[in-house]
Amino acid sequence: MQKYLIRKIKDKIVYAVCLICVIIAIIPLGSILFEVIKNGLPALNSDFFTKGPGPIGESGGGIANSIQGTLILIGLTSLIGIPIGIMSGIYLAEHGNNQFGRIVRLTNNVLMQFPSIVIGIFAYLVIVLPIGSFSPLAGAIALAIIMVPIITRTTEESLKLVPNTLREASMALGIRRWRTTVSIVLVSAKSGVITGIMLSIARVAGETAPLIMTILGSQWFFSGLTEPMDALTLRIWRLSLLPYEYAHTMGWGAALVLIILVLSLNVSARILTRSRYRVKV
Amino acid sequence: MDNELISLGSKAGSQQKYGRTYKIEIENLSAWFGTKQVLKDINMKIRANAITAIIGPSGCGKSTLIRCLNRMHELVPSAKVSGKVFLDGIDIYSKNVDPVVVRRKVGMVFQKPNPFPTMSIYDNVAAGLKLNGIRDRKVLDKLVRRSLEQAWLWDEVKDDLDKPGSSLSGGQQQRLCIARALAVEPEVLLLDEPTSALDPIAASKIEQLIVSLKRDYTIVIVTHNMQQAARVADYTAFLYLGKLIEYDETSRIFSNPKEELTENYIAGRFG
Amino acid sequence: MSPDDVFKYILGFISGIVVLTLFLMVLELFRYSLPVLSLKFIFGINWNPVVGSEEYGILPYILGTLVTSAIAIFVGVPISLGIAIYLSEMAPNFIRTILSFVIELLAAVPSVIYGLWGLFIFRFWVRDFIEVPLSKHLAFIPIFQGEPFGLDILTAGLILAIMIIPTVSSVSREVLMAVPDSQREAAYSLGATKWEVIRLGVLSYAKSGIVGAAILGLGRAIGETMAVTMVIGNAIGPAALPTSLFKAGQTMASLIANEFNEADPTSLHPNALIGVGLILFVLALTINLLAQLLIWRILKIKEGAVE
Repeated sequence: MQKYLIRKIKDKIVYAVCLICVIIAIIPLGSILFEVIKNGLPALNSDFFTKGPGPIGESGGGIANSIQGTLILIGLTSLIGIPIGIMSGIYLAEHGNNQFGRIVRLTNNVLMQFPSIVIGIFAYLVIVLPIGSFSPLAGAIALAIIMVPIITRTTEESLKLVPNTLREASMALGIRRWRTTVSIVLVSAKSGVITGIMLSIARVAGETAPLIMTILGSQWFFSGLTEPMDALTLRIWRLSLLPYEYAHTMGWGAALVLIILVLSLNVSARILTRSRYRVKV
Repeated sequence: MDNELISLGSKAGSQQKYGRTYKIEIENLSAWFGTKQVLKDINMKIRANAITAIIGPSGCGKSTLIRCLNRMHELVPSAKVSGKVFLDGIDIYSKNVDPVVVRRKVGMVFQKPNPFPTMSIYDNVAAGLKLNGIRDRKVLDKLVRRSLEQAWLWDEVKDDLDKPGSSLSGGQQQRLCIARALAVEPEVLLLDEPTSALDPIAASKIEQLIVSLKRDYTIVIVTHNMQQAARVADYTAFLYLGKLIEYDETSRIFSNPKEELTENYIAGRFG
Repeated sequence: MSPDDVFKYILGFISGIVVLTLFLMVLELFRYSLPVLSLKFIFGINWNPVVGSEEYGILPYILGTLVTSAIAIFVGVPISLGIAIYLSEMAPNFIRTILSFVIELLAAVPSVIYGLWGLFIFRFWVRDFIEVPLSKHLAFIPIFQGEPFGLDILTAGLILAIMIIPTVSSVSREVLMAVPDSQREAAYSLGATKWEVIRLGVLSYAKSGIVGAAILGLGRAIGETMAVTMVIGNAIGPAALPTSLFKAGQTMASLIANEFNEADPTSLHPNALIGVGLILFVLALTINLLAQLLIWRILKIKEGAVE
């Protein structure tokens, strides 16, 4: 009886501990959202969205060049990463049941959790050093290496959800395998693929480390593929290191812009495929 | 009177002394998954120290019925139960009865052998004992050995007690599960198609084992194999579409069923 | 060759690009770090990039990485496991859906924003609620010595703990949910309470997968850069040796982030930093492969499993 009571109490304690774990995990998220909004809102004004930064130490100016840089990076990265990601996802889902497919899959899984700063160094070595200058292209290549595994995985997973009967039906009509893959299978898996793309864009938009040694950061707007460029994440970091109150406010403002971008991509991606399947990044 | 079920004192052997003829009495038992009713108003009395078989075509609710006897049915999120199940005269569904205590008294063996694969053979059998606070190595050794002997497994595994349970053959795994269930000294043993995943030789060994156990336990076995029911059971219940069609001594059910439905099923005309 | 084969080979070639990239990455990192690679590089503690008296020893940063990651694991994994257990074994369906969503959002917050929050908010929580009490009462223990400041190894480790929670908890949850119900039933039928069912039937079965999830978290913690860079205090040389939790430190990743743009290309400084990258690469690769192996074994995913 005594022992059973202890077992019951232990049961309740474990339940409470698990619940506390959940609460502990939610507190940082709540605090981050609260602080970013509270400290970031005062920074927002029309200059903030239309001008580049003023001279260091003087308040005023904005982060328009950083927003532009982030958008350019997203564009360039998508241009490289999306086709490669989708195509290797198709390969793995439709023809990847062999040793080579397994190696590709493993590599993608490893890269998905890989230190992004190492990827940055790699892009520095193969792009920045040979062309002799920091470049948005190098940044995009580094980010594409982060993007491809995410898109590959989500594409593969959503293609595999397409029932085989659909493939067979199409091929029974005399349509070739590759046409079937492109116009039947891929089209039916559309929303899963789009989800993967959105999640991967959210992920690369928030990357900082690989940009340090590829695009460097800049006070100016985009001025060519062989010039340094700015990005929101880099700007947040640099602003946070400055010893000025105004810089910190601008940093929070930039963080607010970034978090809205990233979270809205995430939320809409998950709403798009809610309950159909889960995507893990 | 609920105290008897709530308490957890050692009651080894009490099942023999118990004078009651009926160990379990089921009254107006109905069960649902979501809105689908799988058991319809079941009434039956299960005798102590006897083997009662529940037969019927698949989907007739026979598994659900025995899972209602140790309150395992309610573990499925959408599951619902109404009615009463008396164990030694106490309704196990009454508010102040704890399902954990019920399950401790009513052991269960499942269709597919499910030993804890990462635990050794010894730890598998000792798992339930440890839950009940038995830590003394000597006592554990004795009880583990006794349970394995009862399950006819001791001679085969006595030198490999620290090997993982998953290393055994299918039939051995099932006997390990029986030993694990017996170790906590239950009063009732529920067997849910215990031989359906086994080869005929292993199955026959388990059948003989079950018969040998009825001296000490009240046994309820679900089976889709009518020969098995005829071989091992003292009483047989025929379930069809969630209803108890007929329940009688096994010999009578098989030789002279009252219901046409039972007769048809036994003759293999459906199912 | 039929058009189908052409299509297949083109796709196969393109999907091979990532393999090539990883291969090229290790080659390039190795090539550039060759001039500095030596035992002295790995076990040295001095760091001096001034041309003429150059000396590059990265032991303090290796240790800094290991210590901060260890804090992250010790704090983050139990919390993640609690979350995973709650989500897989206890929570009602609708709470499970909402909570998984919230925890996925936690994973989506960019590292630099964790850093910003760490630098201006979290660091004061750590200082006031953890470090000050600890240094008041337990200062006789070496690792709790020093003036609590909040920009130090402990804060870095704790922010890493927060950051690995989404990864570790969602992978462990998946592992727990892959445990067959027959295991839970076996424990229930022995008269186990909920917690005993989880312990006997679920956790013991899922052990190796949970270890895999933890190792995956370790991989993330080791490579995490920005948040750590912003809160660890960025010490250099012998001062960066993690002798106390309340001291400024440096990890391999934060060192690269801090110094890469200031390195004189004519010196060995860039090579040394690339060498740090190489060590990080090897560490991350090993850890990731190990984690994948353990997780896949339990999830029994046929395709993609390492054989």
